[in-house]
Amino acid sequence: MSDFKKVLIANRGEIARRIIRTCRRLSIPTVAVYSDADRDALFVREADEAVAIGPALVKKSYLDMENIIRAAKETGADAIHPGYGFLAENSAFAERCVAEGITFIGPSASVIRLMGDKIEARRQMKAAGVAIVPGVDGALSSVEEAIQAAQEIGYPVMLKASAGGGGIGMQVVSSDDELEKAFASTAQRAGSYFGDDTLFLEKFIAAPRHIEVQIAADQHGNVVHLWERECSVQRRNQKIIEEAPSPFLDESRREALCQAAVRGARSIGYTNVGTMEFIVDEQGQFYFLEMNTRIQVEHPVTEEIAGVDLVEWQLRIAEGRPLQREALPSAPQGHAIECRVYAEDPRTFMPSPGKIETLRLPDGVRLEFAVTEGDQVTPFYDPMIGKIIAHGANRPEAIRKMKEALGRCVVSGIKHNIPLLVNVMDHPDFQAGAYTTKFVETVLKDCGQGEMRT
Amino acid sequence: MSDKKAILSPLPGVFYRKPSPEKPDYVQEGDTVKAGDVVGLIEVMKNFYEVKAEEDGVIDQFCVENESIVDVGQEIVSLK
Repeated sequence: MSDFKKVLIANRGEIARRIIRTCRRLSIPTVAVYSDADRDALFVREADEAVAIGPALVKKSYLDMENIIRAAKETGADAIHPGYGFLAENSAFAERCVAEGITFIGPSASVIRLMGDKIEARRQMKAAGVAIVPGVDGALSSVEEAIQAAQEIGYPVMLKASAGGGGIGMQVVSSDDELEKAFASTAQRAGSYFGDDTLFLEKFIAAPRHIEVQIAADQHGNVVHLWERECSVQRRNQKIIEEAPSPFLDESRREALCQAAVRGARSIGYTNVGTMEFIVDEQGQFYFLEMNTRIQVEHPVTEEIAGVDLVEWQLRIAEGRPLQREALPSAPQGHAIECRVYAEDPRTFMPSPGKIETLRLPDGVRLEFAVTEGDQVTPFYDPMIGKIIAHGANRPEAIRKMKEALGRCVVSGIKHNIPLLVNVMDHPDFQAGAYTTKFVETVLKDCGQGEMRT
Repeated sequence: MSDKKAILSPLPGVFYRKPSPEKPDYVQEGDTVKAGDVVGLIEVMKNFYEVKAEEDGVIDQFCVENESIVDVGQEIVSLK
């Protein structure tokens, strides 16, 4: 049973389907909202009700707060789940929901705003005793100030846009000269991408690994962690493969990392599920990067090793119920790996919209797909068409299951990255757990110049 | 019309005439462009690709409006 009468899902694709699935299990009716381009999409058919909210362009549909609020009011939805992306970390939207008497399934607007500002987030975490990458605490007001700070921290340093994310608006510089050149151009780019040209500066970590901790926090002061995910396999600074637990951490480091995440979340009065992202250097020293105040794409690997439904936890927390720690096992259960299937060239990462002529998916693994055979992959949204999640008693078994699953996938009509995923699973460095965020470049080089082996 | 030149969309997606909402258009009708000059952006699956003139010319007119949906090979600009 739920206190919510009806939940509107302000999102699309696989995450909309994922939320619908949990709501259905909990007997909560759902409302899908969709753009013209998604009229025939699976998630629209699966929801109990569906409301058209505008044309294909995201700013006229999935980012149009007024249309979404109107859809909620018209259908009598008393809660909105934002999924990830779009309005999920938009504090103005969270505020609008509250003003309209609709529950926003996420943290408060003020917490979203605080964590959305990377400089403020760093300051807050430092105050809470969470290690941050050595750098400048405040916004840089001039190139002279930047050069002085870089000299103190030591080159190489990373110049970053305060409002940036997803790898956009950051540049590595190795000298005063380079910094001088990069300062103006990075500020300009940040201004045009994010409407905010504020920059800050951090020590550049060589051979970094990206490890993040899933936390959950209720309205009664309970904060728990559900261990970590390793997300170092990335292309264009965006994740392709995630696994839990991280093959890099030993027990004591895992405990230190998870406790730091809990401390950080507690310090801001966080409520909802959330993710504290860390960069980890070769010695295993970890530094806070940023916090995602929403459900993440890679949440299934945590669900597999923790045996929980994180969307259900989000709903329960939003209803004001206390977290049930006893629902968690005392240690991670086995090992889980997620592969993201993208409609793109596996080597150049060039997007590949088009009609999916064939889609045959394996059994024996968890599948979270946005599309079915015959569907059109439009150019308007993210290239991710689905995710495959393999769970095994240990890491080698999870890898073996994933390899088998990838080998049985048949996708035609569009280009896709399954060949790259297969090459990663086969790579001895991946199998040894010895990889960093630069790993995909190594895989591509090792594959040679020809067609990718599948 | 064999002397008529055109700039075609290299990808399907959304066409933008400016690098960002606050910035001016890359080029205006009547402007002279050289091969390689950027005349707009195509957004496809959250990635942005530049649309470039393949030959020198003068912008006669834009055949599609800012933020409109274009198909691969669709004429975006006609050149004089």
